[in-house]
Amino acid sequence: MKLVEYVQSGHLRFDLPEFRTGDTVRVHGRIIEGDKERVQIYEGVVLRRSGMGINQSFTVRKISNGIGVERVFPLHSPRILKLEVVSSGKVRRSRIYYLRALQGKAAKLRRID
Amino acid sequence: MSKGLFGRKIGMTQVFGPEGNRIAVTVLEVGPCPVVRVKTEAGKDGYNAIVIGFGIPKAKRVNKAEAGVYKKANLELSAHLREMRVSAEDVSQVEVGMILDASAFSAGQTVDVIGTTKGRGFTGVIKRHNFHMPKASHGTHEVFRHGGSLGTNTTPGRVVKGRKMAGHHGNERVTIQNIVITAVEPERNLIVVKGSVPGPNGRLIWIQEAGRKAGLTQ
Repeated sequence: MKLVEYVQSGHLRFDLPEFRTGDTVRVHGRIIEGDKERVQIYEGVVLRRSGMGINQSFTVRKISNGIGVERVFPLHSPRILKLEVVSSGKVRRSRIYYLRALQGKAAKLRRID
Repeated sequence: MSKGLFGRKIGMTQVFGPEGNRIAVTVLEVGPCPVVRVKTEAGKDGYNAIVIGFGIPKAKRVNKAEAGVYKKANLELSAHLREMRVSAEDVSQVEVGMILDASAFSAGQTVDVIGTTKGRGFTGVIKRHNFHMPKASHGTHEVFRHGGSLGTNTTPGRVVKGRKMAGHHGNERVTIQNIVITAVEPERNLIVVKGSVPGPNGRLIWIQEAGRKAGLTQ
């Protein structure tokens, strides 16, 4: 498997900050529409991180106009221009799917500063 | 020069393309392949070809006659041999003992990869011929993966030849045509191609210049 890892290594990125499940992040994504290009900022809570190596991805949940939206980003994707950690939430498990069932104040995570 | 080399399938992974799109790729370890014999039109063979080798065989698998060929060429023994026809011009550039490696190919080039698919043994029609499964409910019993009817009644009164049935599946030579090389690194004997290649990881493959290029956008 060593050669496979070597092929991957050129495509991994190490410039992103560390973040965990429960953190609120702002993802600056590159959006290509036809021949135009723009940056879209997507902010929400990290529900989970999944995968290993180049397959690593993370799911970000936010409430958009009252509707819950979840987006999955490949962690090493060059379409992520920047990732900021806005705040860190206190969570006790690696996948906080229970957040989906909660609304309003109950869906808030206690912050760790 | 028409090129071909032995290699091994190492495994699959994915990489990111220039637009951030994910591309499934297969990692191949290709070469180094020594030239074991050169056949020329002028010589006793009467045609232009080179024989190339690959891999290390068990000593007992090579008989004395074969070993003598390598000894004469001052080469290590090869586990696999294959002959390929080359042009008169190319054959003059090659001599016995030369080592061919992945640098024979370059990124962006299209190639054909020949390999043996994973053997699947005696297989039913669902897996082997992509038949649909019969209904599992509404009173069905005992026939969940059967192929259904084999043919008609009195006319013709027999099963038509070529009827798709259960049987041996896989372990078959397959050529994948026109796949694009995304990266080449001769120092590591590494070639990365777009898409998949027949067989399990570690299986021997043969990689050569694409035979036909028509109808492709690449």
